[in-house]
Amino acid sequence: MNSEKIFRYLLIGSGVLIVLIAIGIVTTLFIGSIPSFKEFGFGFIYSTDWNPTQGRESYGALPFIIGTLVTSILALLITFPFAFSISLFLGEYFKNGKLPSFLRSVIDLLAGIPSVVYGLWGFYALRPIITDLGLNAQGFGIFTSSIVLAIMIIPYASSLGSEVISMVPGSLKEAAYSLGATRFEVVKTVIIPNAGSGIFAGYILALGRAIGETMAVTMLIGNSNKIPTGIFDLGNTMASLIANQFGEADGLKYTSLVEIGLLLFVITGIVNYIGKLIMKKLSA
Amino acid sequence: MNTSAQISNAKLNRRLLKDKLFTYAIILLAFLSSVPLFLILFELIKKGYRQINISFFYKVAPDTMEAMVAVKNNEIIPGGIANGIVGTLIIVGMASLIAIPVGIICGMYLAENSKGKFAGVVRFIVDMLQGVPSIVLGVIGYIWIVKPITGGFSGLAGSVALSIMMLPSIVRSTEETLKMIPETLKEAALSLGVPYHKTMLRVVLPSGISGILTGVILGISRIAGETAPLMLTALGSAAISTDITEPSSAIPLLVWEFYNDPNLVDMIWSASLFLLILILCLNLTAKAIAKRWKVQY
Repeated sequence: MNSEKIFRYLLIGSGVLIVLIAIGIVTTLFIGSIPSFKEFGFGFIYSTDWNPTQGRESYGALPFIIGTLVTSILALLITFPFAFSISLFLGEYFKNGKLPSFLRSVIDLLAGIPSVVYGLWGFYALRPIITDLGLNAQGFGIFTSSIVLAIMIIPYASSLGSEVISMVPGSLKEAAYSLGATRFEVVKTVIIPNAGSGIFAGYILALGRAIGETMAVTMLIGNSNKIPTGIFDLGNTMASLIANQFGEADGLKYTSLVEIGLLLFVITGIVNYIGKLIMKKLSA
Repeated sequence: MNTSAQISNAKLNRRLLKDKLFTYAIILLAFLSSVPLFLILFELIKKGYRQINISFFYKVAPDTMEAMVAVKNNEIIPGGIANGIVGTLIIVGMASLIAIPVGIICGMYLAENSKGKFAGVVRFIVDMLQGVPSIVLGVIGYIWIVKPITGGFSGLAGSVALSIMMLPSIVRSTEETLKMIPETLKEAALSLGVPYHKTMLRVVLPSGISGILTGVILGISRIAGETAPLMLTALGSAAISTDITEPSSAIPLLVWEFYNDPNLVDMIWSASLFLLILILCLNLTAKAIAKRWKVQY
């Protein structure tokens, strides 16, 4: 076989390898969750019990699914005004110059901080403030995690937005200006209708990030196995449950954790797929 | 008289005021978002600089007893994070060895087959892989490597998990860079009788090297700070371990261990500071490369 052919096989082979990795991940998670699925069936998804006591073992994912969704959606709500402002700032108000390039670097750096460092900062700097405010006795809980998560996803939520906002055709904006619109009115009537779905897609992708985030949440959420009763309550997410309990798990608990991993994989997959779908419609 | 003019004047003023307030709000909120970065940096530097000295880089992490004695005597905790530095270098290095060739070749494939059906599937899967939570990849590393191959926690398992994590960014940056390289360059080489594979490897790939390198470095910086997947795979080790089939430490794992040990708590800041500086340097390098050697045609 000549090198020409080898090269072409190599190219296709790399694509096949990627597909195999993805199939491998899905089947591995599926096979790993079979024992747990056999034991609990679909009840696993809506059961609220997480009881590792020997002999009375019973596992359900609902508290963690709810914890994950509440934490990440709350984070997205907190992040929204900031990320939207950054998108407008960089995409419309100040496109060039020293200030925006400073802000851009800051946001890049925010994206580079490891999750565990965010967790430390949340634990030592933010938690005392939450305690002082009397929101939660120890300062742990969903609210604390959501604030840190909100900071962590600012870069992801704002970058796509500023890109689409800067791509809004100048002629449209000028038309509005020529009719006497103020900049705020241009933003409201031209930019948001035009770039809205792109901005939204950015938030969806950021939500996907928040859902899968592990370390910072593990350090701050309080790791309770019950369904949270409010945003200042303790809780747990799917990712932090795996991080906390996988190490010492075996038997039924182990396969239940793998099934949690499968559910997490599926949920982030759906969220990311929706985000990509919106983006695709946009570019079409 | 003039009432309608006054009314419209008042209305105009209100609109202008609204516009002004909105602008100020945007500026304020945008810059408020940068506050956490400085708070975090300040906290790390303030609490971490004291621990960073020469022995920090060549001594292994202290055990609880040593640290307790030092804290009691109000001294700096002895020891360093050498086991973490070596572990991170080996784990991240191995992950790069796996991911970089596969990623670049796959990126080349996607750039060359921009309309193919199978390429579309691959592109979709790469996008989906990008979104897989790191902890899930930790579970995968555990099931694929820890259980069947190394028979226990190992650095190799960590590398495999991290390599899957960095793959998408390499593939996408390679594809996007190569797509920007003009077709004429390739045609020129082909018309001179250069075989296809040599054209791709010797002409097209080198012209896009800066973009690819940027993607690789960003991929490395993305995995260097990862803790969660390593907790399920590499586990951590008190000694410097160069055997990839044995449990291995890593800087983020050390931060986690220090966090969980009340006696070692003073070490978390220096270890995090070092990790953060390392990642920021990688990011800045990537940015500088992207800026300096931009693909221009």
